[in-house]
Amino acid sequence: MQEASAQPAHVHAPPEGFIRKHVFSLDHKVIGKQYYALGLLAVCMGMGLSWLMRFHLVWPTTRIPGLELLSKVGAPGGVITPEYYLSLLTMHGTLMVFFVLTNAPFAAFGNYFLPIQIGAEDMAFPRFNMMSFWTTLVAFLVLVLAFVIPDGPPISGWTSYAPLSAVGQDAGPGMGWGMNLWGISIAIFCIGSLLGALNFIATTLDLRAKGMTLMRMPICTWAWFITSCIALLAFAVLLPACILLILDRTAGTSFFIPSGLVVSDRLQPHSGGSPLLWQHLFWFFGHPEVYIAILPSMGIVSHILINSMRKPLLSSKVIIYCMMSIGFLSWMVWGHHMFVSGMNPFSSLLFSFPTLTITIPATIMTLIWLGSLYGANLRINAASLFALGFISMFVSGGVSGFFLAQPSIDIVLHATYFVVGHFHMVMGVASIFGVFAGTYFWYGKMTGRMMNEKLGQLHFWLTFIGTYCIFMPFHYLGLVGNIRRYSSFVNDFMGPLMPLHKFITIAALSTGAAQFIFLFNLIYSHFKGKPASENPWEGTTLEWSIPSPPPWNNFGGKHPVIYHDPYQYGVKGSKGDYIMQDSPEPSAS
Amino acid sequence: MEIAARVGLGERLDAMGKLFAIVLVIIALASAYPIAKHMYVPPEDISTHGHAIDDQLSDTMAEAGFAFLGAQIILAFFVWKFSERKEGAKLKNFPGGAKLMVSVAFIIVGAEVFALGVLGQKAWANVYFTPPRPDALQIQAQAGQFAFYFRYPGADGKFGAIHPDKIDEGNQNFFGLDPANDIEARDDIVSGELTIPVNREVHLLMHAKDVGHSFYVRELRIQQDFVPGLDLSVHFTATKIGRYEIVCTQLCGLGHYNMKAYLSVMAQDDFEKWLKQKASEQ
Repeated sequence: MQEASAQPAHVHAPPEGFIRKHVFSLDHKVIGKQYYALGLLAVCMGMGLSWLMRFHLVWPTTRIPGLELLSKVGAPGGVITPEYYLSLLTMHGTLMVFFVLTNAPFAAFGNYFLPIQIGAEDMAFPRFNMMSFWTTLVAFLVLVLAFVIPDGPPISGWTSYAPLSAVGQDAGPGMGWGMNLWGISIAIFCIGSLLGALNFIATTLDLRAKGMTLMRMPICTWAWFITSCIALLAFAVLLPACILLILDRTAGTSFFIPSGLVVSDRLQPHSGGSPLLWQHLFWFFGHPEVYIAILPSMGIVSHILINSMRKPLLSSKVIIYCMMSIGFLSWMVWGHHMFVSGMNPFSSLLFSFPTLTITIPATIMTLIWLGSLYGANLRINAASLFALGFISMFVSGGVSGFFLAQPSIDIVLHATYFVVGHFHMVMGVASIFGVFAGTYFWYGKMTGRMMNEKLGQLHFWLTFIGTYCIFMPFHYLGLVGNIRRYSSFVNDFMGPLMPLHKFITIAALSTGAAQFIFLFNLIYSHFKGKPASENPWEGTTLEWSIPSPPPWNNFGGKHPVIYHDPYQYGVKGSKGDYIMQDSPEPSAS
Repeated sequence: MEIAARVGLGERLDAMGKLFAIVLVIIALASAYPIAKHMYVPPEDISTHGHAIDDQLSDTMAEAGFAFLGAQIILAFFVWKFSERKEGAKLKNFPGGAKLMVSVAFIIVGAEVFALGVLGQKAWANVYFTPPRPDALQIQAQAGQFAFYFRYPGADGKFGAIHPDKIDEGNQNFFGLDPANDIEARDDIVSGELTIPVNREVHLLMHAKDVGHSFYVRELRIQQDFVPGLDLSVHFTATKIGRYEIVCTQLCGLGHYNMKAYLSVMAQDDFEKWLKQKASEQ
């Protein structure tokens, strides 16, 4: 392993004034918190939208008081129209995938902890870092602007399949300026994410402290590093795809639109484009995006589990190699979203095999986590409960992937609630569990105060049971053939499934309500939580060697020197059963 | 103990690991129960190719179920046994360590991947790698916002050409035919319902009028997207007389949820009668 290069003495001067400290800050820790706050805002909106959708599905004619204020056209008198339902699901998906699942586990925690865990004072390019966040915020504002324009938000789903997304206003409400805003927002988001990914990679490779070899980096640092490599390639494809889509819509090009289409009784003035091209470009980004959402949580969960088990994993190296191979395989599986799309049916087999192969590294990781629990001295707290919950969710969401990876079964299950259940569990809930675990674990470090543990555990139980109640039945619905993205079930065979839909809605509303406990805890603990010590969890990595919260330059101008692998637990050290990474005392190995 | 006090727990919550194990086992069993009881299953298959898909589905269900229950119960058991032990309890490592885990994953999952991924592709091949029989009944399906239309070639066995500029739904010219100048279009029969004879192969030619749509009949085990600009087709043989729903599964706009049609499978005689009657109406 190569040795890290020496880092500059000071990356930037101490910030002065409120604006520089808290708003346009160059400090990676402030930027990390800003990303977290943006993720929190987006998740509240996204969850609110899912409430409206679930409510509408089972009580379609019931008035929701005040909803007409959100959209006069979309919810006249507070009752959601079918097209507004599609707007809600488009915005829910876009907010959640881009602004929550990409921002929170990766950009937020990665920004805050990656430099600290490798012993750096800041990111390699602090100005780029600030720009990443503010670019992402602009993307967010452009997206939510779609709610207030007269046209309303787009109705083509977060996947924005062409030609529905490309032909403009003729395609329906929201497909004029609403859709333009979507395309512009995602293009801007790509720029922010590309800058962020470059910064993570440069920081990891260049700013490691003395002795911090690549293999001495904590697993979560590895996860963020691998994720940034994936993000750099993925968003680099989505960005031009969005630009082409915007050109089709505004400049009269025909990248995604063939000739002879009659939409809303109007013959479209396009020719020569291919709708499948959009699907290929989108999913070439879209599948790696799944791993952009889940890999950081895998890293965070491993990091927390090791600390809670008081012993290292059976092999950290194997986990890192598994994450690498998952990242690598993620580039050759995008076609499994397109088995019935009309692409050459022979290519389905080519896409199916690597998709199934991903099961191998995923199984290895699960077995390593499970096997490591054997013989541990597991400390149970809100953080470790969410980490354990992550493993459970990852397994549950993972096994349903086994069905969808097979083109023949996909004929039956494609576009049903089975798919919705699958990806919500594995990339949604599992990834969010990683964020919850990270929040309970690192909150003390980030704010100087601990979160309330009892409220944290209550939050875990309600969320763990609740999410199973919501998403497991999705699989049952899918098996019967319940189609997704329907605002109402007018079909003969979907009607009888309403009782199950009601159960899901009630579970979703109550699990959503339970998140207010978390929100309360987050705010309350900021002011009233118990003061956090430097190392409340008896951790070994560098973030626990500095005050809580850390000073602006992390290590107070000192340069940490690394003597050990990251997880020296279950050994005799001067402080207890662990040895810090920067402690010169001899390690067990 | 110390740590619990430090994070504001006050007292040690011994039972939480055990509670996690119990809750997890209950969740796992409750999740598996409706599957084991076949409470939610696809409807009866009415196609000649579907049984291979159904077999594949139930094989996968057995393997996934085994993996799901196995992993959740092991997780629950280890958390039960190894959480909140006495301070200083002896740490152990799983015999065999990481090497064992990697080997197990490669051998067991590798075999599964091979079985399902390679040998199991037959079910897919049945649908997509066999050409339609030369005597298959050709029907053209057109999907547009938010209805399906089906066209039979008539006595000449040929479809008239589609002229997008002539599409006029008000005058029932859903396909944009030009019977005045196009002889082949004159005897084409257009229907809002897909009527087919039982036990005869149907070759469905798929045409999208505006945006992407999909053709999904659960009982037929057929789902195929309509892609504007692409000439796609599927072929299938229905084996049971009856009426089944065709639904659109590709988000196509505001009326997506309401885009459906019916598939009528009839005896050959009834089908011919129906076709004659339709022809006389047009």
